Amino acid sequence: METIIEKSLEEAFEEKIANEIRIEPKDWMPEQYRKTLVRQISQHAHSEIVGMLPEGNWITRAPSLKRKAILLSKVQDEAGHGLYLYSAAETLGTSRDQMVADLHSGKAKYSSIFNYPTLSWADIGAIGWLVDGAAIMNQVPLIRTSYGPYARAMVRVCKEESFHQRQGFEIMMTLCNGAPAQKKMAQEAFNRWWWPTLMMFGPKDAESPNTEQSMRWKIKRFTNDELRQRFVDMMVPQAEFLGLTVPDKDLRWNEAKNGYDFGEVDWEEFWNVVKGNGPCNKDRISTRVKAHEEGAWVREAALAHAQKRAEREAVNQA
Amino acid sequence: MSQQKEWPLWEVFIRSKQGLDHKHVGSLHAADAEMAIQNARDVYTRRMEGVSIWVVESKHVHASNPDEAAAFFDPANDKVYRHPTFYEVPAEIKNM
Repeated sequence: METIIEKSLEEAFEEKIANEIRIEPKDWMPEQYRKTLVRQISQHAHSEIVGMLPEGNWITRAPSLKRKAILLSKVQDEAGHGLYLYSAAETLGTSRDQMVADLHSGKAKYSSIFNYPTLSWADIGAIGWLVDGAAIMNQVPLIRTSYGPYARAMVRVCKEESFHQRQGFEIMMTLCNGAPAQKKMAQEAFNRWWWPTLMMFGPKDAESPNTEQSMRWKIKRFTNDELRQRFVDMMVPQAEFLGLTVPDKDLRWNEAKNGYDFGEVDWEEFWNVVKGNGPCNKDRISTRVKAHEEGAWVREAALAHAQKRAEREAVNQA
Repeated sequence: MSQQKEWPLWEVFIRSKQGLDHKHVGSLHAADAEMAIQNARDVYTRRMEGVSIWVVESKHVHASNPDEAAAFFDPANDKVYRHPTFYEVPAEIKNM
């Protein structure tokens, strides 16, 4: 009897997926679907939160008040994106505390791109232009992802993200139109971020264990390699416009496929950073843990205050 | 001292402009209602998305059961006569 019910539930679920009907929090869903989403959405949220760190350290050093206000706004958006995503993940039955604990213990991953350092102001331009550009490429298809709360969070994120990319491009354009030293700064930042950005799309399709099932469940709509190819095709003309050289000797236009051929990502570096050995992994997590621990008394005090006020109100009403 | 460590969860509803309904936009954690409203402003209205905010502690929301949706909404399913298009109106009759 149990299995018959289970089977019809699963069929109803599969039917919704096939008919592009969104899955909502209280709907029945396979345990593995739930797990996959919790993993993906929480990692996405962690990426937004950790992503504030490499840029945050440039807020006080932004070259003008305008740039400072823009960067502050962008970093604030990343915090907002993290919160939209955490609350989407919480609809699946996990808790905020659990997710934060998993990030801090290293059990949960976040995008490896944030384990690279921001050495100059040009890196802030490169991050906005390249990293946010890649993020948009990854995120736009997620607006149609099969899980309702995730899709709705992505609508907001994407709407806000496009200013992030444009401000980065503008920083790069300003540097590229500046003195030779500034142009050089831009090229060096581009060299540093190009390959790590291509890694943001994840391992090659053949080595991506989760892709196939995620595509079947319509959590993902395009494979890692498809998105990486599209990104390269989109960015090369923009780099040419800026007068920057793509740091890839194998890059060339392929008329037959109407896209660029490009060199192989250094997968050894990729897995190394994923495993925690990137230039900033330890630093990022220890900064997060420190902020969380040092903020504990504020969280506790706010709860105690709320409780005291509620009790006082109850007495007054009695 | 309370054993509860996590701030409670709140559902956030926003009126985007005068004349429109408040609409559910998401949720957030806050220690109390006042903080929930302030956090909602920072999380959900950074670009003038709202002129009014409601917050409700999530535990106070009661919902219909999606597994019973078919039966639950069934009474409305077979009553086409509740729609104006069900009725035949002669072509000569105007303004109806």
